[in-house]
Amino acid sequence: MTDEHHSHKHPLQTDHPEPSSHHELMGIALNDLLVSKGIYDNAEMNAMIESIENIEPNTHGARVVARAWVDPEYKAFLLKDGMSAVESLGLDPGYAVLTAVENTPEVHNLVVCTLCSCYPRFLLGRPPVWYKSKAYRSRVVREPRAVLREFGTEIPTGVEVRVHDSTAELRYIVIPMRPAETEGMSESELASLVSRDSMIGTALAGRP
Amino acid sequence: MSDKPQPIGPHDVGGMPGGDIDRASHDYTFWERRMDAMVYLLFKKGMVRDWAEMRHQIESLGPDAYERLSYYERWAAATAALMIRRGVVSREELDRRVAELKESAG
Repeated sequence: MTDEHHSHKHPLQTDHPEPSSHHELMGIALNDLLVSKGIYDNAEMNAMIESIENIEPNTHGARVVARAWVDPEYKAFLLKDGMSAVESLGLDPGYAVLTAVENTPEVHNLVVCTLCSCYPRFLLGRPPVWYKSKAYRSRVVREPRAVLREFGTEIPTGVEVRVHDSTAELRYIVIPMRPAETEGMSESELASLVSRDSMIGTALAGRP
Repeated sequence: MSDKPQPIGPHDVGGMPGGDIDRASHDYTFWERRMDAMVYLLFKKGMVRDWAEMRHQIESLGPDAYERLSYYERWAAATAALMIRRGVVSREELDRRVAELKESAG
């Protein structure tokens, strides 16, 4: 992280490979101009980077899922109005409509953004690289079971697989099924079973 | 006969043949983290209105840029184009600053 003066004298950071492509330099140039025009300052930039990095699947998304597991009323609220339900836990629901979809013994849900990389970032942080990859985006809508298998997730043939294609305005989060033998567990213990991938739908919730 | 309408652009890959999914993750560089945060800051400031606008700008980069550029390079190009269109920065001052950076990186 840099302070104001430092980043102005040395826009090229030395602790990482130095950005050198035309478009990387364009990004740096744009940042310099936006700062010099007072659109934002370096402190705001650093705070934004930090707040983005503070969003992790286990502290945000998993909390929402664990609450839905223990509180049927909350789950109904979450399924009906994702943004308000997230907000009610004191979390920032972000800019796009959030729809929660629930896995059941009959239906397994899986999320993709075929057009780009739309993702519930306010609950799960930045998307994994594979989520943004052409391979995942192209294949998962045609052969979801094969893709799931590559992730080590076998969905029985009797279970319907539903693939949800996100858009700029609409994001999805999967509520995985609560694993068996978790009756006595606390909400935070339950949250620890909810992985990022289980909320994308490429994995199931972990076993206790 | 195709079971899907023709793709609307290079980004429209749903249902296309695709190779193996590389599940390796990598650390984000400072440049990527800052590019990422820039877009969210511009959202916060109301200078990027919504994701539809951002996405439209990325999709307008053209097939060549879409294939050639990295993920955050696309964001850089799209955000720059949007800020120019909005009159926040000019093409000339941006080019000038890029030239300066190239020179100092020498």
